[in-house]
Amino acid sequence: MVELIIFYVLAIVISVFSIMAVSSKRLIRSATYLLFVLLATAGLYLLLDYEYLFAVQTAVYAGGIMVLFIFAILLTHKPGDRVPNEPKRQRILSIILSVAGFAFCAHIIFHNINRVYQLVPANEINVKQLGMTLMGTEKFEYLLPFETISILLLACMVGAIMIARKRS
Amino acid sequence: MQYTLLILILPLLSFILLGLVDSKWKPRVAGSIGTSVLGIVALLSYFTAWKYFSSAGFSGTYETLIPFHVEWLRFTEQLHIDLGILLDPISVMMLVVVSTVSLMVHIYSFGYMKGERGFERYYAFLSLFTFSMLGLVVATNIFQMYIFWELVGVSSYLLIGFYYTKPEAVAASKKAFIVTRFADLGFLIGILILSFYTRTFDFGILTSGDANVFAGMTGATFMGASVLSWATALIFIGGAGKSAMFPLHIWLPDAMEGPTPVSALIHAATMVVAGVYLVARLFPIYHFYTPDVLHGIAYVGAFTSLFAAVIACVQTDIKRVLAFSTISQIGYMMVSLGVSGYGGHEGLGYMASMFHLFTHAMFKALLFLGAGSIIHAVHSNEMSRMGGLRKYMPVTHITFLVACLAISGIPPFSGFFSKDEILSATMHFEPALGYLMSFTAGLTAFYMFRLYYNIFWGKEHKQEHTPHESPWAMTIPLIFLATVTVFAGFIPFGEFVSSDRKPFESELEPMVAGMSIVVALIAIFFARYMYRKENPLPDKLANTFAGLHKAASHRFYIDEVYMFITKKIIFNHVSTPIAWFDRHVIDGTMNGLATVTQWGSLKIKWFQSGRIQQYAYVILLGALIIAALVIFI
Amino acid sequence: MTGLFDNFFSGSVPLEGYIIVSLIMFFAGVYGFLSRRSLLMILISIELILNAADINFAAFNRYLYPGHMEGFFFTIFTIAISACETAVAIAIVINIYRNLNNVDVDNLQELKEPDSPEEIKK
Repeated sequence: MVELIIFYVLAIVISVFSIMAVSSKRLIRSATYLLFVLLATAGLYLLLDYEYLFAVQTAVYAGGIMVLFIFAILLTHKPGDRVPNEPKRQRILSIILSVAGFAFCAHIIFHNINRVYQLVPANEINVKQLGMTLMGTEKFEYLLPFETISILLLACMVGAIMIARKRS
Repeated sequence: MQYTLLILILPLLSFILLGLVDSKWKPRVAGSIGTSVLGIVALLSYFTAWKYFSSAGFSGTYETLIPFHVEWLRFTEQLHIDLGILLDPISVMMLVVVSTVSLMVHIYSFGYMKGERGFERYYAFLSLFTFSMLGLVVATNIFQMYIFWELVGVSSYLLIGFYYTKPEAVAASKKAFIVTRFADLGFLIGILILSFYTRTFDFGILTSGDANVFAGMTGATFMGASVLSWATALIFIGGAGKSAMFPLHIWLPDAMEGPTPVSALIHAATMVVAGVYLVARLFPIYHFYTPDVLHGIAYVGAFTSLFAAVIACVQTDIKRVLAFSTISQIGYMMVSLGVSGYGGHEGLGYMASMFHLFTHAMFKALLFLGAGSIIHAVHSNEMSRMGGLRKYMPVTHITFLVACLAISGIPPFSGFFSKDEILSATMHFEPALGYLMSFTAGLTAFYMFRLYYNIFWGKEHKQEHTPHESPWAMTIPLIFLATVTVFAGFIPFGEFVSSDRKPFESELEPMVAGMSIVVALIAIFFARYMYRKENPLPDKLANTFAGLHKAASHRFYIDEVYMFITKKIIFNHVSTPIAWFDRHVIDGTMNGLATVTQWGSLKIKWFQSGRIQQYAYVILLGALIIAALVIFI
Repeated sequence: MTGLFDNFFSGSVPLEGYIIVSLIMFFAGVYGFLSRRSLLMILISIELILNAADINFAAFNRYLYPGHMEGFFFTIFTIAISACETAVAIAIVINIYRNLNNVDVDNLQELKEPDSPEEIKK
């Protein structure tokens, strides 16, 4: 019961703020709404008993990425700047397409979802187990993707510095 | 005798070095390098010759030595292409000839080519030519010979076209290359036929006289002649192309557009005798298996010899006269090979041919270098611009006279001995042919002295500045070659070179010798009478035989015939339709493809608008439509 | 539809709930991506889309394969990748801003071949 109520609250927060984030005229506000959405998503993870994901989502998304966004916005816009209006035709077309896509997907979901699942109360996934799985090389263990991601991160770091540095 | 490899390697290295540095060094340095390399090569060749003839001579027969040999491409157990060095009497003799003349030309060019643009390039090409010619000479198998044969053709092409800004030189180089290349096609086909049936390229096996080698060819005929005859005839066509035998001689007179020392080296002394050398190299095959072809060679040689001699009598460009004289003299060598038998005195023609090759190389190089010296002084090739030069150019005068006497066959100069042996060999074979060759010898004496008197005697032509003797770099080779020309006749050539490699003594036949001396003297006096002082007789004769004179000065219209065949027949009836097909059908298809592609791309260009969001619309719409199709249908 | 209303006030949270939430988030992102002109807004939209996908992974993993952890790790990796992407994208945006003095996506047509000669003059 309590979980349901919490879920509804989070769902409403996510829905409203996602729409506000993409339709706001001020960039800094958009970023703030995005932050709310991301935090609410972190709440959903908690609801799913994924505490670790909650932590990562909060730290990386809400912490790291949002800071990047805010820096970028402040570097490129003066405070209070409004984004100029997009052409009406473009907006209407986008709304039609999005709503159509949404309706289509929702239709599929409610007509085809399999109801035989059961929500089993899960044990807390402890960090030790996580670490072992991430570092293992057996089946259902993820050392290779982990290494790939680390290389990707390194490449991104170098790339981002190269692209953004001031040229003399 | 492993060191003989150096004889080949050194000119090649010199070519690469001079070719790479090009104009970074002073001309003098480049020339010195080329010349000193050639000096070493010449010394090595002399040493090789001395060692070969002194060590091998005692056993009675000169053995074939192969001091260096690598297998290059192996096709089957027997058929493989090798590279190597083969030493036998004729190849050693050719080594000496090529390196001597080449060295003389290298030295001479210091003076002649001084201040020319591309001096280093010139020496690089000379080195390349020397390398190719030496490689040709020492080839151990017919395929190696073919490779170097083509290399020689390329270097000849490069050197004729040395003055590449002159249209005539470019045209001449192309002509030389195409005509010889055309003949080489025959050579190649001949090689392929021969190796197909005998399964070998090797000279040692081919010329061993072993009938088993040709066992595979017995019975195989093509159009009434045996396959072996076809093969040897085709190989001879290759030789005829390089050696300017009728009717493939047309390139040689034009090749005189190249620098004169080049003419001396390539188009008088060495490359043009490659055909003779080829026939001599395969002589046992010709003699034992296809005597008809060998006799054919004799008649082709005799005709060419007479034909060229007649033309030489009326040419006015001194280098052209010498060019036709060269053709004529190579004809002699071919006749001599053609009439030769095998072994001992039967093989006199073979020996005489090689002897004449040797002496001719020396005195013809001398003539060309002398002509170069004259051209250097008066800046013209035309005989009419010369006259009375004997006072100004004493060294050139004396050496030129020596060469003229030698080629006319006056004792004791070298040409007398070699020509005389050719004549006696021909007499033994067929007296009519012998008399024809004697007549040609008379013509030779006549046109040479016509040249001599026109240049050095006669009326003095007014020059822009007084002619003077050439620098020492040019006169030293002249003197050296003149000395060789005087004494080379006394070499007992039969001791070294003979058809069966057994030394034999050849002696002069007084009848033949006497007759040829008399004919030559008459011709010389006739020339002296006509050209020493001004004399109306030449013009009168020209008017009397107007038709002959005109035809001869137009070289009997052979070039025109070629032009007619290529331009009127081949171009119009073969090339034009092919060109049309190429331009309209093949190009049309390709162009059509391109046009359609271009049209199509222009039509769909607007797809690529460059707007990310437009792409996103399309992607989303497409995804929705495909998903809807999958789900609802 | 009935499933959603059956469990509206009772029992545990249904799987469809999560999916619908992520669907809304996803199409909000799509709308932003299609309609906004500012590059930063487009980036924000992309973040929304990625996040929607993350929720799906986590929810499906939790409901349908409770013993496994594929979805869980996929989510972690997606977060890492989106962090990379954002870092590079923002570096590019800043670079564009330095050159063009704005971050409008419609101005980014330098590489395109002009449609007509008039545009070349411009």
